[in-house]
Amino acid sequence: MIVRISGEDQYEVPDSDAGQLNELEQGVAARVEGGREDGFADAYAALLEFVRTHGERVDDDDLATSDVILPPSDLTFEEAGREFTGEGLIPD
Amino acid sequence: MAGLTGRMSTVVKAKVSKLLDRAEDPAETLDYSYQKQVEQLQNVKKGIADVVTAKKRLQMQESSLQQSVVKLDTQARQAVSAGQEDLARTALERKNVAQTELQSLDGQVTELEDQQQKLTDSEQKLRAKIESFRTKKEVIKAQYSAAEAQVRISEAATGVGEQMADVGLAMQRAVDKTENMKARADAVSELEAAGTFDDITALGSGEDDIDRQLKQLSNQPAVDSELAKLKGEVGAGDGAAAQIPAQSESPGAGAAEPAPEDAHQASSGDGQT
Repeated sequence: MIVRISGEDQYEVPDSDAGQLNELEQGVAARVEGGREDGFADAYAALLEFVRTHGERVDDDDLATSDVILPPSDLTFEEAGREFTGEGLIPD
Repeated sequence: MAGLTGRMSTVVKAKVSKLLDRAEDPAETLDYSYQKQVEQLQNVKKGIADVVTAKKRLQMQESSLQQSVVKLDTQARQAVSAGQEDLARTALERKNVAQTELQSLDGQVTELEDQQQKLTDSEQKLRAKIESFRTKKEVIKAQYSAAEAQVRISEAATGVGEQMADVGLAMQRAVDKTENMKARADAVSELEAAGTFDDITALGSGEDDIDRQLKQLSNQPAVDSELAKLKGEVGAGDGAAAQIPAQSESPGAGAAEPAPEDAHQASSGDGQT
């Protein structure tokens, strides 16, 4: 499956890694939902690092769409707790 | 995947599908998409230029604050020479605040440099995808029937659209950050112009007056020790200056003698209370 790290690259992650990726993501989500800022940054960094090391970077000119999009690496705990909104390039 | 990645994906995909819903005819989709892509690339360039402008503004403020630090230091020395300890203390306190502000500005400039780099990288990726779309568009036009073309165009446009949505989110974050910094920078400039540096601490986010008073207390020893050091330096300078006439005029040297003595007593008195 293709995973995009917002603000960075897209990675082709083997389907066999999906389970572990899910676990890492749930660890992050549990901290956010439980309001436990402690360890959030490390857990999130570990999730992104897993994608970067287990996935193969997709070429810049590849037009493949992502199955999963992860928020940017400088995501704050506060941001993780709310919706990603804003007009951005494409108006709503 | 649920939770935070699910939400992020939903937001981006919603933006992409809105972008693609604009046109139904394949030929129109092609032209519309490509034209839109090139337009957005210009917007990204503008976004990067805005970040650079914000960074330059902060750098100008940094150099202005650096001048203030030098000026306040000079004023503190002059005040010590004139025996105006309270005035010297005020100048040193403001210098302390200005230096803290300088450190925070330094961090902000670094952050903006980081944003600028990220946006530039994203712009390059978007450019590569748009170029790839342009090539594909010609192939699709030449080789496929309308029905097939629709599917292939939609796939290709979604790929570009996703990159565009992602750059858009990155730009939004950069704009939010620079706006926060600009608001603070403007407020600091005003306070600086008014000469009321002490109030800068009141601009800190999420600080109440107790935090500020605690911070002032923790700055106090630094101000005290700097004042004592200044007195030592100025005192030593006076001593050296006084020694020259002392060889020809002994009463003058005697009159200059008590000044450093008083200063020493005053600072040791502060230390006890």
